This record gives sequence, C-alpha cells and structure tokens, in this order.
Amino acid sequence: MSFLNDALETTRETMRRDQVWPMLMPDVQVNVDKDVILYVEGVSVSFDGFKALNDLNLYVNDGELRCLIGANGAGKTTMMDVITGKTQPDQGSVYFGQTLDLLSRSEPEIAQLGIGRKFQQPTVFAEQSVFTNLELSLKTNQGVWSSLTARLSSEESDRIDTVLHTIGLKGQRNLLAGALSHGQKQWLEIGMLLVSQPRLLLIDEPVAGMTAEEGERTGELLQQLAGEHTVIVVEHDMEFVRSIARTVTVLHQGSVLAEGSMDEVQNNPDVIEVYLGSEE
Amino acid sequence: MSTPSSNSMNRLSHTVGKYRLPIKPTSLFVLVLFTATLLASMANLWVPADSAFHVSTYTITLLGKYLCFAMLAMAVDVVWGYCGILSLGHGAFFALGGYGMGMYLMRQIGDRGVYGNPELPDFMVFLDWAELPWYWLGMDNFGFALLMALAVPGLLAFVFGWLAFRSKVTGVYLSIMTQALTYALMLAFFRNEMGFGGNNGLTDFKEILGFDLQADSTRVSLFVITAVMLALGYVVSQFIMNSRMGRVVLAIRDGEPRTRFLGYRSERYKVWLFVYSALLAAVAGALYVPQVGIINPGEFSPLNSIEVVVWVAVGGRGTLYGAVIGALLVNYAKSRFSVVMPEGWIFALGALFVWVTLFLPKGLAGWAQDKFFKTEEHPSEDEPLSSDMDTPISHSAKGAS
Repeated sequence: MSFLNDALETTRETMRRDQVWPMLMPDVQVNVDKDVILYVEGVSVSFDGFKALNDLNLYVNDGELRCLIGANGAGKTTMMDVITGKTQPDQGSVYFGQTLDLLSRSEPEIAQLGIGRKFQQPTVFAEQSVFTNLELSLKTNQGVWSSLTARLSSEESDRIDTVLHTIGLKGQRNLLAGALSHGQKQWLEIGMLLVSQPRLLLIDEPVAGMTAEEGERTGELLQQLAGEHTVIVVEHDMEFVRSIARTVTVLHQGSVLAEGSMDEVQNNPDVIEVYLGSEE
Repeated sequence: MSTPSSNSMNRLSHTVGKYRLPIKPTSLFVLVLFTATLLASMANLWVPADSAFHVSTYTITLLGKYLCFAMLAMAVDVVWGYCGILSLGHGAFFALGGYGMGMYLMRQIGDRGVYGNPELPDFMVFLDWAELPWYWLGMDNFGFALLMALAVPGLLAFVFGWLAFRSKVTGVYLSIMTQALTYALMLAFFRNEMGFGGNNGLTDFKEILGFDLQADSTRVSLFVITAVMLALGYVVSQFIMNSRMGRVVLAIRDGEPRTRFLGYRSERYKVWLFVYSALLAAVAGALYVPQVGIINPGEFSPLNSIEVVVWVAVGGRGTLYGAVIGALLVNYAKSRFSVVMPEGWIFALGALFVWVTLFLPKGLAGWAQDKFFKTEEHPSEDEPLSSDMDTPISHSAKGAS
C-alpha cells in the first residue's frame, strides 16, 4: 500500500495548483539572485588525451568586467567554446545565472539567452553590407518564418544607427563588410554584439590589429559596457589589460592559476613564475 | 529609409539605376520572358507555316523544355548560389515531380493503350498484374496527382534535409549524399516490380485534362504555363532572397558557425530552403513530362543533376537570372551540338565547366556585372554620405562617448 501512497503523493505534488510545470514556464530569464551570472564548475575538456581544460572553476559576477589572461594553450578559447555551446566538456557544469544549464543547449539557443561572442579573427559577413551585418545581429524572433516577413521597426533601425555612430562606421553603412579594414571589422564585430544587447559578452582579443588610439577607444567602450552587461575579455596585450581590468583571472594549463586585481596577480609568485616571469 | 540589401540582384538594381534603366531587374526579367513567350506563341498559332516568321511546334516544345530546365537551374541556384549547399541530386526531385504528372497522364490513356485495358497501364498488363498497386490509386484525378507530384519530392527533401543538416553534414559529403540519393532512386525505378514501368518509364500519353497532347494549341498552352510558372518561381525566389530570411541564408553560406552564434538555427533555415528548392524542381519536372511525352529512370541519373550544376555555374550562381540564362544557353548549345556531333557533347560540357571555373568564376552574370555595371564599394547614392565619412574612426567615435 505504501507505494500506492507514494504514487498518490507524487501525483499530488505534480498537480499542485499553485505552481506551473517547468515545461510550461514562459520565456527564460536569467536568475542572478546570488549576484553571480556565470558558473563554470569542474569543467574538463580533452582533445586526444591533451587536457585543454583541467577542472576549471570560474565564477563571474553580474555586471563585472573580467579579464582572462594566459599563455597560448592555457585554454582561454576552449573555455569560450564550452560556454557558447561549441564544445561539449567531458565533465563539469556550466550555468548561466542560477537556473540555466548551458551544457544542454545548442549554440543558437545559448545566443538567444543573451550570450554574445566576438571571435579572435573578425568574422563579419563579408558579402553583406555593414548595415545588414548589424541587422542580422538584432535580438528579435529568429525563426525561419518570422524572418521571411520581418520588417525593420523604426526602433530597431534607430538602435542600429546609434551603434553605427558608436563604432564610427556611419559613413560605411552601405559598404560591403568585406571591404572594411581589419580594425574596422573588429569594430563592426563589437557593434554586432552591441546591437544584440546580450547579458554576457565574451570578447576574444578585441584590440588585435588596432592602432594604440583605437585600442584605447575600445577599452573605454568595454568599461562603459560593464555594469549593464557582463563582459569577459581575453587579451594578450598586458598594457590593455592593465588599463581596463578590475579583476583578472590567470589561466594556466587549463585551470585557474590566480585571480584578483592586476597588482595582486602581478605579485603572485606562481604567476610570475609561469607567465609574467618569462616576459619581464 | 530603404533597407540596404547586398545581394547581387540589388547591387545590380542600384547600378542599373545609375544607368537610368527605368525598371527593376525582376520586372525586366518577367517582361522579357512574357514578351518572348507571347511572340513565339503567336508566331506559331497565327503566322502561316510557310512564312519566315513561323515558329514550328517542335520549336515551341523545345522552348518549353528549356524553360523547365531554367526552372530546375533556378532551384539549384537557390540552394547552391545563395546557401552554399551544392546539391548533385536535384534531378531526383525533378524526376519525382515528373513521375507524379506521368502517372496522371498514364491513367488518362484509359482503354486506348495497346492492350486496351481500361484500368491498367500497358506495362502492368504486360507484367500480368491483376490490379492497380495502391500508390496508383487516385492518380487519375489531376488535382490529387499534382498534389502528389509536389508532396512526395517535398517530403523527401524535408526528411533528407532534416537528417543531413541536423547532423551538420556539409560540403562535399553532402554533395555525395545527394548524388547517392538520386542514384539509389534511379536503381529503384529501373526495377519493373516498383510499378513505374521499369526502364521504359511512362510514355505514350494521349491527353491532359481532355486536351490532345499532340495539338498545337495544347503545346502552346503548356509552353505559356511553363513561362508563367517560371516567372512566378522567379518572383517568389526573389522575394525570399530580399527578405531577412534571404540575408540569413547568405550569412549561413558565408559563415555558418558565426550565424549560429548570432542565435539563428541554421539547420532549420537550410531545411526549409532545401524543401522550397525541391518544390521548384518538382514543378519543373511536372511541366516537363507532358511536353516531352516521356519520363523514365534516366532522369534520375547523377549525370543529369551534374549538368544542372554546370548550367548554373555558366550562368552565374547567386543570381537567379544567371541560372536561367545559363540553363537556356547551355541547353541551346546542347541541341545544336548534338546534331553535329552527338558523341562529343559530353566532352564539350566538361570542357565548358573547366573553362567557366577557370575564367568566369562568377559565371556570365558575374562577368557582365563586373564589366558593365561595375559597382564600387562605396555607399550608394540614395543614401547621401554623412559628413563624418572622411573623419577618422577614432574621432567620430569619440564624439559618441
């Protein structure tokens, strides 16, 4: 009889009228009750025996600007691949806010949750205009049928114009993106992120190929973004990191070596030994 | 404010505008097509046969056939030129559409067949079959047959596309799979037990909807209908390519992973585009069969599908009118060449493909655009340059902050 009671109890619990079944819950919202927007816990990835990530743990607060540094092969890009759904880790868990499991979602689903990514190599759609590149990045209904009848609302159009102004490509609006210079492509990619208004931005080497002045502008822009958005920047350029960083995480051989302010990190003996030591 | 779109058609429209051509390319295409169709039809029906301006019924049928091929080429261009999916098996959808129509025409023969059986087509009587197989039921109804001629290829494309694109099969692997698909269908349709007439296929048609298929008026009507369907297919395809869906499709062609990171489920876009393309091919096949009077498993042969790719490459992929022009030109050349040297055509075709790949990588359409409508990568004139065009990035950007 007890198992019948259990069954009855389970049914009662499932059918409670004061709650909604998870599958019927409306649009997903990022839950940041604990102030942490990204949890990466115990993540390991190996490629043919090579451990790209080794029990990596990383917590990023909502609205933070976090810099990731590390030598080549430290696992920075692999980590971004895991967060954005490109690579499935062998073990570990990745959560966006308290509730959203990123590992069970595909790249487009993760992008729709509000995680934007800028690649190391600028990857804009070369055959389409700057404006279209931005239009494609708008956060709207991205289904096949709605895109067939989609019209640009004046609000969206305004947003694109604002972003064009911010990234200084207003005059290149109708130019094919492929005709832009390397630095301009970098800007366009940042613009594509801005238009999509993500909660979390993953930015891989934003200043590569930029002049010092452009790099400075990029730094200012990233700092403006932090607060409203959460920004994770991977960068090799130590000067740049020093100029924008509040918290720095040093990766080494697939796990976190040190974390803290730039000064703390620079004075950390481990870091000096494996990373900065070789340079300075 | 106009939404700039950068597909080549629009780029052409900008520049044609510069040359003060008072018409949009799509309208121009439809106008030329309809004028030619009308002239050819009138020259056939109303100009006496001994006049120099008379167009023979043979020519009309030939033209109708070319237009069907043009539509097939457009179908391939939609997936290949715009989305980078190189299908070497589009002949399969064309042939399935053709078989659908062929089954209807077969049933219309009734008791006028060689064996005079009112119910069974000749080949079934010959095989000693007692009754119609289940999949022939209802095919004597024109509407139902037409529905099947579209639904079967559409469904096949959906299932194939869903499996292939969901598993992220791309590039040459996908091409080989499409080729295997059409080859497998060819082998299947060659079998007599399939109930589609084996290697003889379906032929000896008498009439369509009560009209004699041999009559000039029927031939001309079929030709005109084909032209109308081609125009319709063109306009719909252009609509799709000008919509945001078209821009996503181009984005998938140029950088699928990037498109996915923007939040687009690329596999769904590819599946639906593939289905649309298969439907276009099926319509072309269904129009082709009553005009040429036969459909057999040879239409499934991989070589046919590869030829279509050559038409598109010659005309210029990524432009709809390029695909149409390519199909017309190559098929005209084939007709002429086959008379002079039937054995040589296949070599000529191969040489043409190599030549186009080497010297006209963007096809005739791309070549013509570069030569006559050289657009430069500058902002188009209807959007006046803003004053900050010449100021350095950092300057104008600083103004923003």
